[in-house]
Amino acid sequence: MNEQTPVLRLEGIVKTFPGVRALDGVSLSILPGEVHALMGENGAGKSTLMKVLGGIHQPDEGQIIVSEQPVVMSGPLDAKAKGIVFIHQELSLADELSVAENIYLGELPRKRFGLVDWAELETRTNAILEKLKVSFDAKTRVGDLSIANQQMVEIARALTVDAKAVIFDEPTASLTDAEKIVLFEVISDLQVQGVGIAYISHRMEEIFKITDRISVLRDGQYQGTVNTAETDEEGVTQMMIGRKLDLSRNESHHELGEVALEVRGLSCGDLYQDVSFEVRRGEVVGFYGLVGAGRTEIAETLFGLRDPSAGTILIGGEEAKIHSPYDAIERGISLVPEDRKDQGLVLGMNCRDNMTLPQVDELKAGPFVSDGAEIAIFDQYRDRLDIRTPSWKQLVGNLSGGNQQKIVIGKWLSMRPDVLIVDEPTRGIDVGSKAEIHNLIRDLAAHGYAVIVISSEMPEVLHVSDRIVAMYSGRIMRTFTSEEVTEDNLIQAISGIGSDKVA
Amino acid sequence: MARLTKKDIGGFLARQGILVAFALFIIGFTIANERFLDPDNIMGVIRSSAILGVMALGVTFVVISGNLDLSVGSMMSFSTIVVLDLHDKIGPAMAIPAMFAMTLALGAFIGFLVAYLKLNSLIVTLGMLSAIHGLTLTYSGGKNMDIADKEGTWFSVFGQGDIMGISVPILIFLLLAAFLGVLLAKTPFGRKVYSVGGNGTAATFSGVRRARVVFSCYLISAFCVATAGLLQASRSLGSQNTVGQGLELEVLAAVILGGASLLGGSGTIFKTVIGVLILGFITNGLLLVGLEFYVQFVVTWVIIILAVWLDIAAKRGKLWSPIA
Repeated sequence: MNEQTPVLRLEGIVKTFPGVRALDGVSLSILPGEVHALMGENGAGKSTLMKVLGGIHQPDEGQIIVSEQPVVMSGPLDAKAKGIVFIHQELSLADELSVAENIYLGELPRKRFGLVDWAELETRTNAILEKLKVSFDAKTRVGDLSIANQQMVEIARALTVDAKAVIFDEPTASLTDAEKIVLFEVISDLQVQGVGIAYISHRMEEIFKITDRISVLRDGQYQGTVNTAETDEEGVTQMMIGRKLDLSRNESHHELGEVALEVRGLSCGDLYQDVSFEVRRGEVVGFYGLVGAGRTEIAETLFGLRDPSAGTILIGGEEAKIHSPYDAIERGISLVPEDRKDQGLVLGMNCRDNMTLPQVDELKAGPFVSDGAEIAIFDQYRDRLDIRTPSWKQLVGNLSGGNQQKIVIGKWLSMRPDVLIVDEPTRGIDVGSKAEIHNLIRDLAAHGYAVIVISSEMPEVLHVSDRIVAMYSGRIMRTFTSEEVTEDNLIQAISGIGSDKVA
Repeated sequence: MARLTKKDIGGFLARQGILVAFALFIIGFTIANERFLDPDNIMGVIRSSAILGVMALGVTFVVISGNLDLSVGSMMSFSTIVVLDLHDKIGPAMAIPAMFAMTLALGAFIGFLVAYLKLNSLIVTLGMLSAIHGLTLTYSGGKNMDIADKEGTWFSVFGQGDIMGISVPILIFLLLAAFLGVLLAKTPFGRKVYSVGGNGTAATFSGVRRARVVFSCYLISAFCVATAGLLQASRSLGSQNTVGQGLELEVLAAVILGGASLLGGSGTIFKTVIGVLILGFITNGLLLVGLEFYVQFVVTWVIIILAVWLDIAAKRGKLWSPIA
């Protein structure tokens, strides 16, 4: 591959912001027909690099070279015109318009009097859609498509130009496993056509499945490029964080206490049916399954965000009716939600106020909120969780993803809950913080908390759980202890295979 | 020395633009008319801003909680007419609590629609602007309302009295501002108001009962409107049905001038007071330099646009930002 001319080359890119050297001499090249992973912890400089590439930031030093021609990118449209196309994690489509209109938005083909040439539009669009082997056509309304198919539209948009390099930024973040497979097929088709692919993701399995080479950034510095075939997860992790990471199965067990939470025959419409399980003090129960298996919905029911259609919830042996998060908190249930920015935090509020929000009614000195009590709580959990922020006055929106997640966890730990539910605790968080959060979850169980962990990442579930509940299509297929679980039997259970043994 | 670039100046203007503009106004008015900085004039401005100010305090709560209240102008007309009418019928001592109860009932109704039926606050309060106006006219039969014995009532003390040389409307405005300022900044309730406006979903996930918070904000707003109605009625002892007409926009202008975001989650009572004073001084200054009274409606609009623009510009760090 080395004799080929790179489609895209970066040479010694330096970008500084006041007080930070965000990119410090980054060089890498993307060859035609390769999938090149770009990895690094949050804050390592990946996003900045993409912004430089897309012309949103101008580099202070260094060059961008497309097909051996140095170029200056003046903006995303300019980058696209030069053959560098971005597929972002967040979609930017107009729901009410058709697939074709979205793809050619701003450059619709015209005929006489400036009217849109619908026939031409449809022909061109269908030609592109054919390449992508998708199941919808040019006239479909984008709002009616699944997220995965919307992403296909986004990709189709990229194919309207003669793309030299396509950059995928966390493309699988909201895709189901089946949808990922389709995406990977599209990527390999692009490869065959000689397009260079840059692929940004936190997900190791994907990286090892589809990429040819891996480049790693750490603190804005280029750490090197390795051939995927010649390395493994540990090797890459070490490049990213500069140390080793423990990805083993959970083997520590704690003294189990009494049953903290018991659920009997719980159902909620079509979302999940006849779910029964219990969680003891000192125990971490992992819920694993595909997106849509009903795990988050169970958590939402326990937290009072949904009313169950049947079944009972017992907390400490007593039946509990929970109709709102307020009720749930009163009963000693805490939920660290799936989406920290939407559900977990008020980004415009400071760290301390976010952390104490659920208990602000209790922290009073006379009629006022007690500043001292609040700061004491914040300080305690800042130290315990190693939250890095200059002061509690910092707005949460200014913290990194890992620190934001720790604020949310601190918020719920400080409530001293009987049952702690953690939904996707490490989504979008870098590898280093991930390990810290895993250790923290184990540590909480050791301190007698009853913990439920919902996760879509198998290594995570394996790593933290004492027992694993496997769900498929709204039902519990099987419950494993950490001794009996293997990757194989777990995958079978969540795919609906081998449902002989219902827990 | 760092060289000032065009961008730096743009950023500074965006952040401090309102204060810069205000300073220029003050300098301009002082040159144009020496009476502008006269202590009597200053007290006059504050006194005449008090009614608007009292209303702005309540609307600050509503705006921080992420909603709007466009009904405060016509609600204030309602309060004024009701208290003047009841004054002669049941006496001032009964009329005042009765008027507060009726105004709070209107606030509760709006709060119910927005908080418990989850209707859009812009639609609800825009509708109520018109509905309450109709209610007022029905109540009064369209006639102006006057107190029969204007000389012999103690009722005039709220609008016209002095305590230790400070006029009562100013005192009431400042006391209410202090009380509501502490409520917003220092109590659990205030904290919840910010969380509901800042990120409602996250507030729900933190166990905040949002509907109660939003409902309470409309009650606070109605309480402030009733107070404003009391001041207005007591000052003039007689009133037209349209006395509060258009005030909703001026109130909103003051709140935004103070820097509260229309998206909710930010703003303070102190900033709103500053916003009220800026608006008051600019209106007064324009009158002093000889601008016709009616021009102030246009000026209010210009100020709102300026404030919103600079607020957005400060967040984006640039003044010029076309939809792209």
